[in-house]
Amino acid sequence: MAPIIIIGAGLAGWTTVREFRKLDTTTPVVVITQDSGDFYAKPSLSNAFAQKRSPEQLVSTPAAKMVETLNVVLLDHASVTQVDTASRSVTLTRGDAVQTLAYSQLVLAMGAQPIRVPVQGNGADQVRSINSLDDFKVMFSDLSPLTVGVSSSENDSKSVVIMGAGLIGCEFANDLVQSGFQVHVADPSSRPLAALLPEAASMQLADALRALGVQWHFGTTVQGVNRVEGSLQVTLSNGNTLTANAVLSAIGLRADTRIAADAGIAVERGVVVDAQLQTSAAQVFALGDCAQYASAGQRTLPYVMPIMHAAKALAATLAGTPTALEFPLMPVSIKTPALPLVIAAAHPSIVGQWRVDETANNDAWVFVDTQGQQRGFALCGKQTARRMEFAKRTII
Amino acid sequence: MKTYICIVCGFVYDEAIGRPEDGIAAGTLWADVPDSWACPDCGVAKADFEAVEI
Repeated sequence: MAPIIIIGAGLAGWTTVREFRKLDTTTPVVVITQDSGDFYAKPSLSNAFAQKRSPEQLVSTPAAKMVETLNVVLLDHASVTQVDTASRSVTLTRGDAVQTLAYSQLVLAMGAQPIRVPVQGNGADQVRSINSLDDFKVMFSDLSPLTVGVSSSENDSKSVVIMGAGLIGCEFANDLVQSGFQVHVADPSSRPLAALLPEAASMQLADALRALGVQWHFGTTVQGVNRVEGSLQVTLSNGNTLTANAVLSAIGLRADTRIAADAGIAVERGVVVDAQLQTSAAQVFALGDCAQYASAGQRTLPYVMPIMHAAKALAATLAGTPTALEFPLMPVSIKTPALPLVIAAAHPSIVGQWRVDETANNDAWVFVDTQGQQRGFALCGKQTARRMEFAKRTII
Repeated sequence: MKTYICIVCGFVYDEAIGRPEDGIAAGTLWADVPDSWACPDCGVAKADFEAVEI
């Protein structure tokens, strides 16, 4: 019998295999990945500097160990060039070799790609994004030599400009400022995490990070990056210029749907999947950051907890028990030690407003719909310990 | 006292601090954390944590 093929060896791909092997130890599984296949916790990338963890230390299980434990064939450093849903086969290149493999069931777990906006200047190619361990290695080699002897936040020669004050931008800002860098964050909105937080919570986060030394540049964007005497000169759209050693773009993620779209599989914001995670093609499934879930009201959910739930349901389906995915309420923790945050966002279609929670001291908010029902919440600082209590009161 | 890290999301359990909000008192050894406890950040089971020194 043809194997189950999984495209992608990130959290979604590996967790699907791990869950599948709990149910089926014999069906052949092939995992195809562009990178090494080493297993690592991606959320750790945005708090690794302050913990002084190197890229090597972030690998929790090397690929070889994953292969052995989970009894899979791993095709690493490989690129899928074509999926043919009619003949049920995948064609890939690996080095100079081209091969075509038949599948019984196919899982698309390609993840997402950082959204990039055009930046002018001869230093534009120095703008980094971090969405994988390989990306992190590049940033780490740019920045780690500079951490030696960093002591003064006044020192302009060790600074980082971050584009984007969303989740990833704020986490990196916190991590890098704690590691001794001077950190600038530019964002077109007027406050951090504007899409996720009530204004008062955003302001507390802005203040907490400012107190550590983060310099905010709101209502503006990075327009140009130029190399000047060994460093980078960053031009903002408001006319200001900043000098930096590195520029990090963290303005969001877009589902990586290319392989699916090329194969004629339905794609919108992500690869469209039904409640059983099947795509528009029979025996082809998708999960993780590349998927647009029917079970989440057609949203993409690029977070860890949805992947864990999706992988469990998909593993059961792959093993012969068709299983519909039902997401529970999944609050997201934001790793900003300056002001820890837990956010449970309501579905964007829900009309409502943020209200300060009566049981808290201006550090917990609930999102209330037009019927007066609690549909989401945001907790700051010590209130994050009450996440379970707030989750119980929230209607999905 | 040791610390343990969730291999999936990087959440850290510090025995010295415990997890009072989940009813796990400060000083609770990892071995005494109930098997039913799951990572508060990502939901993985206790079995998927591993020991690390940070």
